[in-house]
Amino acid sequence: MADLLANFATLEWKQVAMWIIGALLIYLAIKKEMEPSLLLPMGFGAILINLPNSGAQHVIDVLFKFGISNDFGELMPLVLFIGIGAMIDFTPLLTNPKLMLFGAAAQFGIFFTLCLASLFGFDIKDAASIGIIGAADGPTAIAVSMELGSKYIGAIMVAAYSYMALVPLIQPPIIKLCTTKKERLIRMDNTQGKTPSKLTKILFPIVVTVIVGIVAPDAVALIGFLMFGNLIRECGVLNSLSETAQKVLANLITIFLGITIAARMRAEEFLTWETLLIIGLGLFAFIFDTFAGVMLAKLMNLFSKKKINPMIGAAGISAFPMSARVVHKMGLEEDNQNFLLMHSIGVNVSGQIASVIAGGLILTFFS
Amino acid sequence: MDILNKLLEMIDFDAFLASLPYMGKGMLGIFIVTVIIVVFVNALNNIPEKTKKDRK
Repeated sequence: MADLLANFATLEWKQVAMWIIGALLIYLAIKKEMEPSLLLPMGFGAILINLPNSGAQHVIDVLFKFGISNDFGELMPLVLFIGIGAMIDFTPLLTNPKLMLFGAAAQFGIFFTLCLASLFGFDIKDAASIGIIGAADGPTAIAVSMELGSKYIGAIMVAAYSYMALVPLIQPPIIKLCTTKKERLIRMDNTQGKTPSKLTKILFPIVVTVIVGIVAPDAVALIGFLMFGNLIRECGVLNSLSETAQKVLANLITIFLGITIAARMRAEEFLTWETLLIIGLGLFAFIFDTFAGVMLAKLMNLFSKKKINPMIGAAGISAFPMSARVVHKMGLEEDNQNFLLMHSIGVNVSGQIASVIAGGLILTFFS
Repeated sequence: MDILNKLLEMIDFDAFLASLPYMGKGMLGIFIVTVIIVVFVNALNNIPEKTKKDRK
C-alpha cells in the first residue's frame, strides 16, 4: 500500500493548479467550442505533463524536440502552414489588392505590445515573442518564439489561442469605441471587380514568397510553406494533394501540436507572475491590432471618394475566418442590407500574409 | 496593492524607449512589403488572359 501511495506523496499544489488549468482549457474547448482542436489537446497535455513523475514527460519532450524546437526547424508549425495555405482562397484579396493595407495596419498590436513588454522588464527577445501573440496566428507565434528562444512559449500559446477564440468578444466593443454609428452604416460596393485569372492565382504565391524572402530572409520558411500550400491549391493539377494538405495533414499536425505545447506547461515554468502578465499583454496586442486596422480605414476615408466601412479594417488580424465573420455580423446588425463579408474576408486573408511578414521582420531584427 | 507595487517595480522605461524604434521599423517594413505586393498584384491583374480563340 505504501508503494502505491509513494507517488501521491510527491504531488505538489502547483501540479494540482495545472490540472485545474488543463480542465479549464478542456471545458472551454468542449462547452464553449473555443479553438477546440488546440485548446483540448493543450488542456489534456497540461494534465498529462503535471502528474507527479509523469511517464509521459519523455515522449512529450521528444515530440517537442523534433516537432517544435528550433533544433529541427520548428517542423510542426511550418508543416501546418502548408495545410493553412491550401485552405486559403486569396480571390477576394486579388480582386481588390488595396485591402492588403488593412492587414498591414492591423499588425500594429504586435509591435506596440513588444514595446509594452519591454516596459515591464522583459528581455527584448521575450518581448518580441510576447508581441507576436498579436499575429493572431498560432504557427507564426510558435515559430517566432521558438526561434528567439523564449522560455514563455507555453504562456504565449495559451494566450494566442485563447484570444483567437475570443475574437467575437474582444473585437466588437473596440470597433464600436473607434467608430461612429454613421461610419458603421457605410455601405460598400459589392459588385465583383475583375475576377483574377488562373495565372494571377498561380503567380501570386510565388511572387509573394520572393518579395517577402528578399526583404525578410528569416521569414522564407514561414511564408514559403504557407504559399506552397496555396500553390498546390491553385495550380489545378494537384487536387488530391491539396485536399490532403487541407484535411489530413492539417488535422494530423494539429493533434500533435496541442499536446506537444504542453511540454512547456510544467507547473514550475507556467505558474509564474510573468504568465499572468503575458496573458494580459496578449489582450493588449489584439486590442491594438483591431484599433489600428479601423483607424487606417478612417484615415483612408479622409482622402477617398469611395468611402470604406472602417469596421473592415478590424478584420486585418489574421484570426481567420472569425474576424471577417465578426465584422460582417456587426455590419448586418447596424443595417440588415449591409453585406461586408466579401471585403472583410479579403482583409482577413491579407492579415494572414501580413502577420507572417511581421513575424519575419521580428526574426530579422532579433534572431 | 501588492500587484501594483510589483508592476511598478518591473517598469523599465529605458527599455521601453529603446524598443520604440523597432515599432517604427517594423510597421514601415510591413507597409513597404505590402505596397510592393499590391503593385505586383495590380500588374498581374492587368496581364491579358489568352483565350483559346487567341491561341488559334
